[in-house]
This record gives sequence, C-alpha cells and structure tokens, in this order.
Amino acid sequence: MSLLDNDPPSNVAEFTVSEISISLKRTVEDAFGHVRVRGEVSGYRGPHSSGHAYFALKDDKARIDAVIWRGSFSNLAFKPQEGLEIIATGRLTTYPGSSKYQIVIEDIKPAGAGALMALLDERRRKLEAEGLFAPERKKRLPFLPRVIGVVTSPTGAVIRDIRHRITDRFPVHVLVWPVKVQGEGSGDAVARAITGFNAFEPDGPIPRPDVLIVARGGGSLEDLWGFNDEAVVRAAADSDIPLISAVGHETDWTLIDHVADRRAPTPTGAAEIAVPVRAELLADVAAFHARQGNAISRRLDHDRRQVVQTARALPSPDMLLALPRRRLDDAASGLGSQFLLVVSESRQTFGGVAARLSLSTLEGAIREKRGSLRHAALEAEQAMAGRLSRQRQLFQRITANLQPIGLKARSEAARLKLDTVSERFDRARTRLTEDRRERLRQTWRVASGLGPKRVLERGYTIIRGEGDVPITDPALLPPGTAFAVEFAGNNRIGALASGEAAPGSTRPAAPRKRKKATPPEAERAQGSLFDG
Amino acid sequence: MADEQIDDIPADDSDIKRMSFEQAMASLERIVTDLERGDVPLDRSIRIYERGEKLKNHCDRLLSAAEDKVEKIKLNRAGKPVGVEPLDPE
Repeated sequence: MSLLDNDPPSNVAEFTVSEISISLKRTVEDAFGHVRVRGEVSGYRGPHSSGHAYFALKDDKARIDAVIWRGSFSNLAFKPQEGLEIIATGRLTTYPGSSKYQIVIEDIKPAGAGALMALLDERRRKLEAEGLFAPERKKRLPFLPRVIGVVTSPTGAVIRDIRHRITDRFPVHVLVWPVKVQGEGSGDAVARAITGFNAFEPDGPIPRPDVLIVARGGGSLEDLWGFNDEAVVRAAADSDIPLISAVGHETDWTLIDHVADRRAPTPTGAAEIAVPVRAELLADVAAFHARQGNAISRRLDHDRRQVVQTARALPSPDMLLALPRRRLDDAASGLGSQFLLVVSESRQTFGGVAARLSLSTLEGAIREKRGSLRHAALEAEQAMAGRLSRQRQLFQRITANLQPIGLKARSEAARLKLDTVSERFDRARTRLTEDRRERLRQTWRVASGLGPKRVLERGYTIIRGEGDVPITDPALLPPGTAFAVEFAGNNRIGALASGEAAPGSTRPAAPRKRKKATPPEAERAQGSLFDG
Repeated sequence: MADEQIDDIPADDSDIKRMSFEQAMASLERIVTDLERGDVPLDRSIRIYERGEKLKNHCDRLLSAAEDKVEKIKLNRAGKPVGVEPLDPE
C-alpha cells in the first residue's frame, strides 16, 4: 500500500481495464460498423455445436478472427470453405474479456481460390512429380524402438501428450529436438532437426533414434505453414530414420504428411504408432511360454501313458501269430481269384490275338493262296499242253508210218479164217444139241413109267392114312381106323378098317379086298374127318 | 515339415541374442505350435523346448531393457547439438 501511495501524482485519466476495454469496443464498433473485407477463410471447421461458426480471414500478412452467428449462418447463400478467398460483409467488434477483436460477418461471397492454397497445391505437385511421395519410398517402422526422436516444441501439449502415451504403452528413451513450430523460420528449424537426428552416430554420445516423430498441434493452414516448407519435405525424404508425421488435426494435410513414412492423425496417435503396448507383449510372451510348458507336459504325459499302455498290451504268442495266419488265409483265399485274374488276363491276350485274326487277314491269306493256285494251274496247263503237243507229235509220227493197205489185207485174211471157224462151230453145236435132246427123251420115258400115277393107271391104289400120309404097313391101320384109297386120276374113296388085322399083314392088297362102297355122304364125312 | 523347421535351428542357440523381438516371437510361436501339434520326436521336443525357454527369456529381456527417460537436445547458438538435458517436467 505504501508503495502505491508514494507513486508520483499524474493528471492522466485513470481507466479500469473494463472501462478502457469498453471504450475501445465502442470506438471500434463506431468506426467499423459496416465493412467489407476481402480475405481467405482460414481455420474453418464448420459451425460449432452452438450453431455459430468461428474462423479467421487472412491475407499473406495479417489475419482477423471472424464469427458468423447462428442466425446469420443459416441465412447464408454461400457457406464458407477452408482456403476460399471471400469478400465478407459485417462489422468489427472487440472481446473485452481477452483483448481480442473480430469481425462479425453477416454475409459472404466467394472471391476466387485462396492464394495460399494455390501456392501449396503447386508445390505439392512439383514434389510429387519428383517422386518424393511415392509409396515405394516408405520405410518400415521398427517394431520395438529403443530411442525415439521427437521434433516439436519442448513446451506445450504436444510433447506432453506424446510423452504420456509412450510412457503408458512402452517407456523408452525419448529425445526431444526443440523447434519453433510456427511462424517465420519454423520450417528451417524443423528441417535442421530431422537432418540433425540423422547425423547422430549409432554409438555416439547422444543415441541415434530408431524412429522420428515430427509433431505439432492443430492450427490453421497458416499456423502449419512451416510444415509445408520445401526444406522440411526434402529433409524428411532424405531421412534414413523412419519418420512419423503428426501435424495439426486429422483434416489438416501438410506436405510433410505426404512424405512421411507414416502419418498419424494426432501427436498421441504418433506415440501409438511408434511403440507397441509393452504389457500386451509381455502377456503374449507369457502366453507362449505357458503354452510351451503345457505342450511339453502333455507330450510327456502322453508318452508316459503310451509306455504303460504299450507294456500292458504286449501281445501273446497267439496274437503275434494271428496276423501272419490271417495273411496266409487271405493269400490262400486269394489264390482262386488270382487264378481267375490270370485267366481273364490270358483271355484278354487271346482277345488281342484274335482281334488281329480279322476277316481281312484271312482274305489276304486266301488271296495269296488263290494267286499261287492260279499260278500252279497255269503252269500245269502249260505243262499239259506241252505234253499233249509232244504226244500229238509222236502220234503223228506213228500214224504217218501206218500203211492202210497192209492193214486191209491182214483184215481180209482174218475174216476168211473167221468164217471157216464159225461154220465148223455151228455144225458142231447142232450135233451136240440133237444128241442131248435124244438122251433126254429116253431118260424121261423110263422115268415116267416109274411115276406113281402111271402105276395107278396100271390098277394099283395108294392107301393114305391120317394126314394123307401113304401107309405101307397094315399095322398102322387097326380096326376102326378111317383111311382113304386113292385111284388113278386122283379119285379117292374113304374106308374103315374092319376085323382083326393080323400083325404081319401089311400088304396094300388087303385094304383093297375089304373095301366096300360107301355113300358119298360118308365119304364126305370121312373126308371132313380127315380134313379136321 | 516339422523336421525342416527344427533342422534350421543352430546347435548352440547363439543366434537368439541377435534376434529382434519380432523374430524371437515368431520362432517361439513356431516352437509352441510344433510342440502343441505333438508330432515331433521326443528328443527333438525337449531340444526345441529348451530353445523356446531361451527365446522367451530373450523377449523378456528386450521388453525390459528399454530406457525410460525423456531428454532434450541442447543446441548451441548455431543450432548444433552439444548434449542433452532432462526435459523440464511440466
């Protein structure tokens, strides 16, 4: 208090902060109550959840915060776009709470493509044409980096986020290369840091990082402008150490994002890409270790049980013989089928041979035989003709020697001789015939005198007994026996033997003496008796 | 199949020291898979089991050996690094 009292008196009016802020606000609003401002939309990310939109207007030297209240925003015919050059209509006001001023925009109109964006686009195309952004240039990040180099501001949220996230996941050695991440000269600083890390010797006093993170928090295109610096892009492209870029928010693309080996959406994201989670890896290792232990235990248990079971299952001699016996049986029973197999194979072989014995083969053979036959026939014919002609020649030679005259004479002589002989033959034959005929007549005369019929004609009869048998013994005709008496000319009469016939009187005369006439009826009856 | 994988194992496991974490993990996983499949002969099973133990220890070593510190590069006026200092804790 006493210090304040001792201040020298002054006649300059004394304002409170509020008073001067409000005075300033009034002055600004009076002077710039209605203005048109040409500039590029910067840091625009759409309307806030409140419905108001906050961004900035800028040109290459200055920028001014801008706001479009919800009511105006919904009436806009044309919504603002990042990087778009616009002409905004509105009024200026200040914000006493933080010593800031801004333009409250009521309407916007596009004013052509943003100059910065056009510049950026042109640079991007040039570097891309050099192949600096090619996917094949991208290096693989180390899985377990031991040293991580971070290029960023040593103060602020970015390095804090990275540190915390790395510590959470996998505490490693973090080396921070402090740089200015915004404004004039920031690009050069970032490029020098990247090159500087690469210059470290692997065994030097300061360890060489295994991976680099180039990071900066979110900001407008202009805030991030240093990371579009060509020097930065070339340093990143030349880096032997794999590089992760984490500049701005995910929607902000700077040129270092294109050239980096990996792009992280945020600084925290970069830390997550850079290191794995140690606890998870330890768990993985432990899991493998446990599985390995279980596997070997199971294996040993299994083998032990196998031994026990195998010992228990040691086979008896019978069982040992069972398999060979069965094989023998199988083989024996297979013999039949094997035989059938052989037969069928032979049949197939035969079939093959038979198939070759085709009709055409036979015909060929026949043709051949027929040919040789024809040839032989021809030869035979020729031979025959030869012989024939030789015979004919011989015959002609012989016939030529035959004299017809001699032949005729000899024939005449023979005929004369023949006539004589035949005459004598005829005479002799006639004489012989006569002689024979005479002898026959004489013989026949004697013979006919001796025939029974001629005897009957001379008065004799024939006694015929049963069956017409001539009876020559009277003993054969006992009394009462019927008999027949045959006369000449085959005349017969029946008779009965009477009296007692003397045993010796067999003379044929006796029946004749005692014969008496019998009626024809009786004769017939007797005849029938004999017939029967 | 399994034999081929086992046959490429050096006799003395000296290669493990030079392995990266990923290589060691891959080798360990292969060994575990082989052991779990159970078709490796017993003597080889024991052999690869021992190797698996060494791989596991190597992995643990790699995971624990990392240095937990945050340092800031000290730059001279020309912007050249001259050393390191602890990053001020915020």
